[in-house]
Amino acid sequence: MLRARVQTLPKVFARTYASATGPHALVFLEHRDGAIDSGSLSALTAAKQLGGEVTGVLVGGPEQLKDVIPQAQKLDGLNTLLHASAAQYAAPIPETISPLLESLLSGSKYTHVVSAHSSSAKSLLPRVAAKLDVPAISDVTSVDHDSSSNATTFTRPIYAGNAIATVRASSNIPIKFFTVRSTAFKAAEASSAEAKASAIDAVEVTDPPTVHIKTEITKSDRPDLGVASRVVSGGRALKNAETFKATLEPLADVLGAAIGASRAAVDAGYADNSLQVGQTGKVVAPELYMALGISGAIQHLAGMKDSKLIVAVNKDPDAPIFQVADAGLVADLYDVVPELVEKLKQ
Amino acid sequence: MRPSAARLLNILVPVKRTIDYAVKIRVNPDQKGVDLNNPFDEIAVEEAVRLREKLKDQVKSIKVVTIGPPKSIDTLRTALAMGADSGVHVEIPDSAPSPEPLGIAKALRAVIERQKEGVDLVILGKQAIDDDSSQTGQMLAGLLDWPQATFASKLVVDAAKKEANVTREIDGGLEELKCRLPLIVTTDLRLNEPRYASLPNIMKAKKKPIEKLSASDLGVDLTPRVETLKVTEPPKRVGGGKVENVDELIAKLKEAGITAVKA
Repeated sequence: MLRARVQTLPKVFARTYASATGPHALVFLEHRDGAIDSGSLSALTAAKQLGGEVTGVLVGGPEQLKDVIPQAQKLDGLNTLLHASAAQYAAPIPETISPLLESLLSGSKYTHVVSAHSSSAKSLLPRVAAKLDVPAISDVTSVDHDSSSNATTFTRPIYAGNAIATVRASSNIPIKFFTVRSTAFKAAEASSAEAKASAIDAVEVTDPPTVHIKTEITKSDRPDLGVASRVVSGGRALKNAETFKATLEPLADVLGAAIGASRAAVDAGYADNSLQVGQTGKVVAPELYMALGISGAIQHLAGMKDSKLIVAVNKDPDAPIFQVADAGLVADLYDVVPELVEKLKQ
Repeated sequence: MRPSAARLLNILVPVKRTIDYAVKIRVNPDQKGVDLNNPFDEIAVEEAVRLREKLKDQVKSIKVVTIGPPKSIDTLRTALAMGADSGVHVEIPDSAPSPEPLGIAKALRAVIERQKEGVDLVILGKQAIDDDSSQTGQMLAGLLDWPQATFASKLVVDAAKKEANVTREIDGGLEELKCRLPLIVTTDLRLNEPRYASLPNIMKAKKKPIEKLSASDLGVDLTPRVETLKVTEPPKRVGGGKVENVDELIAKLKEAGITAVKA
């Protein structure tokens, strides 16, 4: 019988260095097709705001990392870059990457572990945190570290963004894990400085319990929804997949915008799941968010209400979306959208 | 170690009582009478019941567990009415602070360790719609050292081989994994459409057994280690009102510096 020990006192970890040392963050950098994910660039900015050392860690297949390492080295705010390559890391799964992070972190100098709140980091970080017996904090929108007390205060949205919790991870949490809401932190940019890169050994997992079979990425030549500066979003009023495409694409083209969708539109099969904006889909905060035929349920607003300019077109004058729209037009979107495309082109 | 001869699956579904997703939250909400099951957990219960419908007697048991105040028992009853066999209620006092995912994961591990026949599959929601953390399943997988398949939109279990194929919703698309049992799965919205419990099933559920435990029975401490300092209203966004026609709309866009890109 294994019984978890009841902790009556916070664990005090013996540190191998004087506790006056400042924070040292380990940032998990994700990449795809030879480029660092923009979410990771925001995570790096958040890590920098802790006010101490920042080390990045890259994992991937040997071929994948070749192009990514030099890019990562130039990122502003990164002091050191660690990279581990192995065939096993080519399609990263938590079961194979977790042991590497555990070995990096056990008895380590790191005080924080930071990543984007992306689907892969969301899967990985809590697993590692549990192994090290520390809680994790998800989807933070601000960080504030106090070196003297070794406590970090975060804000994070709860209840689909209808409340903001301010939480503190104090010194009794020796390594503070958190994921970052990318729309709340500027993406780190390239600088002239170059972080020192060093290869670390992969931790081979023999006979892993999970095997990656395949990944299907939805192809699109439009800007990526998560980072686009303009988003055109459609809801249930778009009737079907053909209408959705035929109506929104010309407008997205003329504005150079990404296409998004409400859950209703995704569930009805008008648009791909990866385009869902909301509490359980993507959170976006573009310069312009156009909501077409979207009523504006709480869960949808959770994903877009930090957009700079919100435009809504809806036949129903009482749709909740009009309460947050900077410019609302009560009209049939099938009349409005073509006219808008025409007039924007002029 | 459980005997490998009996290839029968024991499924555990953790559920959480949360606020009704359709309710407009006010800070310090008066949550009387608006709590329901977390929608992702209903999907988890539905998936367990569907597995039994598909695999018939290869599924030996479906047990639901909740960790929460006395009122959480309703959440278990709902899951039992949907088709689970029995429940475990780890009761915490109304006055206790909400446990955090790590505490919940440790309590679930302790519940799993108490199961004489073991557990082959744990299906959880991908997140609770109150704290939106999305951590418990992953933490449980880490504590048990089991494989994990998060944000699942398709689950195919092969009981004889003791493995499962899972399709996951990832950023930008889908991913397919093959995992060995015992396995932790967390549900995406697209996994299934939960059924409504019929009146006869609700009546039957009243007779199904619920084991009541406390945190100390399990030897776990559910005190949160991350302190919540305060919960505040988000900044209010006020709509800028309506425009009359497309020309006015374009004027508003121009004002904000938004014009057509050169196509």
